[in-house]
Amino acid sequence: MALTIASREVDGVTVLDLSGRITLGEGSVQLREAVRDLISKGSRNILLNMSDVNYIDSSGLGELVSAFTTAKNQGASVKLLGLTKKVKDVLQLTKLYTVFDVYEDEAGGIASFK
Amino acid sequence: MESVSEVEAMAEKLAGQSGLDEDECFRVTMAVREAAVNAVLHGNEYDPAKCITASLENTGKALVFVISDEGRGVDPATLPDPRDPENLLRGTGRGIFLIRSFMDEVHFRQLHPGTELTLVKYLAPPGEKA
Repeated sequence: MALTIASREVDGVTVLDLSGRITLGEGSVQLREAVRDLISKGSRNILLNMSDVNYIDSSGLGELVSAFTTAKNQGASVKLLGLTKKVKDVLQLTKLYTVFDVYEDEAGGIASFK
Repeated sequence: MESVSEVEAMAEKLAGQSGLDEDECFRVTMAVREAAVNAVLHGNEYDPAKCITASLENTGKALVFVISDEGRGVDPATLPDPRDPENLLRGTGRGIFLIRSFMDEVHFRQLHPGTELTLVKYLAPPGEKA
């Protein structure tokens, strides 16, 4: 299942609702372009809603990291919301869970940008 | 990438029929996909003139996956640990780590040219009856 991305604004935060797989050839590029597009248009607070992401491979992990560092280098923030168990396990295994701010509820994620 | 998806689908099917639980099936399938992606992306460097080959087998005691490419080869001893602080924010370098984390045995063989990766997942712990 390819990655679909929907964008919405909540209290000054851009929430990207991701659905599907973040993998090489199936979504990693889409994610990269979506985040870069947002930053180029001035978004500074980006919350990736991953509650409907059921699979992420090493390329997808790389794109998450790239999104994080690209945002940080341009004065923006990328945070994660709603990790599924499988995705959380992979992030913990690779120690990337220590890199990101991760939230289980949207309200908490939105509030964290204030 | 079609070949990667095919290999992944075959691995998922084999793992699903082997008696592994859902989480183990997921990890095995992911490891095999990572190996196939590595073969296409890093081994064959996306060269459409080069092929990857894959064999999948349930021996009764283990699932054995062998994936090979036609590239320049890789020395696994030189691969950095992606969890080290200096590597943590790199965009690449996690594939082999995930494979090693999810499989019971991982073996590299240089084919000159190419690399052959053998991934083994025990269906029962070694030393116990299957």
